[in-house]
Amino acid sequence: MIAHAIFFYTFSIIAVVSAIMVTASKNTVHSVFFLILDFISISCLFIMIGAEFLGMIMLIVYVGAVAVLFLFVVMMLNVAQQKNQWFAGQQSSRHIPVGLIISTLIFFEIIIVIGGWKYKPEIFDINNSISQSSISNTHSLGQILYTDYIHVFQISGMILLVAMIGAIVLTFRQRSGVKRQSYIKQISRERAEGVEVLEVQSNKGVKLDD
Amino acid sequence: MEYLSIVFQEVYKILFLLVPVLVSVAMIVWLDRRVWAFVQKRQGPNVVGPFGLLQSLADALKYIFKEIIIPSSSNKVIFILAPIVTMTLALIAWAVIPFSATQVLADINVGILYLFAVSSLGVYGIIMGGWASNSKYPFLGAIRSAAQMVSYEVSIGVIIINVLLCVGSLNLNDIVIAQQNMWFVIPLFPMFVIFFISALAETNRPPFDLPEAEAELVAGYQTEYSGMMYAMFWLGEYANILLMCAMGAILFLGGWMSPIDVYPFTLVPGAIWLILKILLLFVLFALVKAIVPRYRYDQLMRLGWKVFLPLSLIWVVLTASYLFYFNLLPVN
Repeated sequence: MIAHAIFFYTFSIIAVVSAIMVTASKNTVHSVFFLILDFISISCLFIMIGAEFLGMIMLIVYVGAVAVLFLFVVMMLNVAQQKNQWFAGQQSSRHIPVGLIISTLIFFEIIIVIGGWKYKPEIFDINNSISQSSISNTHSLGQILYTDYIHVFQISGMILLVAMIGAIVLTFRQRSGVKRQSYIKQISRERAEGVEVLEVQSNKGVKLDD
Repeated sequence: MEYLSIVFQEVYKILFLLVPVLVSVAMIVWLDRRVWAFVQKRQGPNVVGPFGLLQSLADALKYIFKEIIIPSSSNKVIFILAPIVTMTLALIAWAVIPFSATQVLADINVGILYLFAVSSLGVYGIIMGGWASNSKYPFLGAIRSAAQMVSYEVSIGVIIINVLLCVGSLNLNDIVIAQQNMWFVIPLFPMFVIFFISALAETNRPPFDLPEAEAELVAGYQTEYSGMMYAMFWLGEYANILLMCAMGAILFLGGWMSPIDVYPFTLVPGAIWLILKILLLFVLFALVKAIVPRYRYDQLMRLGWKVFLPLSLIWVVLTASYLFYFNLLPVN
């Protein structure tokens, strides 16, 4: 148990400190790296409570894909040079109250959810079916997700798809005068249509057709 | 005291796994160069030691004694962290690779997801190195590799789903045992081919080595690195290649299982079979490096998103419906 406690406190301290550093660090790219550290320590905490599937999915989806795209965008926009002035600048008085209100709201929401879980356990009948220790975490998740909650699961997938297509439609614009690459054409080119041998006349040169 | 003995035991096991992995990484670099040379009718490294076997050790010694240069305008912490991240991620994934039914460091329930997660984290070493160098070529290389590795991970994930449909478990040992009657390379052959090509792209091997394309980007994200830090990138890269080969061997070639289940073959320990299969895949990697020219960037993206992803998704539907209608779904 001692080892368990040591690991738990190590990971949670890293998680909290890196979450603070996400907002406090001056360099935007550093913020993203701290966010990644936060994701990793949270997934370690998931693994520690026996939710190994959730922990691994957290690593794959958030760290392996989402954070890479974050980093990609932050580096491409070159916002690293802009100093983040949240704590020292003049704008701090405007941002901090809003952030505080939102975080207090989220905090109370979590308190209500966890309180309900603790004091009215019969509301959460999912809880009972997950905690059968004979089958693995992944199996029990699958059994719930693909039976009782299949419609919700499918709908959430459709919402993601709609969001993706919406983003593509919003940013898509037809540009004229763009030379498109046709792979079939490129591969099926023969020597006869690519190379032409010409007699070059003196002082006249060759006119290439384009 | 009890804790200490457990810790020592684990450290001993980890060393027993990692030292052979590191030595074989050095040997595999030599093999890569030899195969490459033989395809091009050259000799390759053949001077240091018998058949040039000690060439990698000589190179490593040279790297150790070279000066580590840190560019003055670089982001120093991240610049130093990048090769460490690459190397660590390439090595921690070996914890779940089963060398036989019992010889595995961590026999976890979600082994294949762990492998997938660690290989998808591999991109961070490259991005960190490219960004922290604060130079144009490394940055371009980092951006390229970020896009490339994220794209090909998607198809690798879908291919893993194909295999998992046939197995019904995420445990690597279960995946190996499920191939007792038939290796998955036979029913899922198209997936094996796509996995092999995606693995080339995932490890930045030619013909997909755009992040370090020497003709355009000098050496991509490694341009500013020197000495031991460069060697660490290099070791991490080859350890990752070996890891992808091991993943291919476990998913499609029956892992530590012997190819024929008859008497003289079953005497050979499982670790030897796994190593042979990894070597077979690695020689294929090396041959591809020698004979295929580098892809253009738009071709690379097109191949990942417009060819591999739809193909592997269709194959998931096919596998699932086949298993469902013939009532072959693994249920436990």
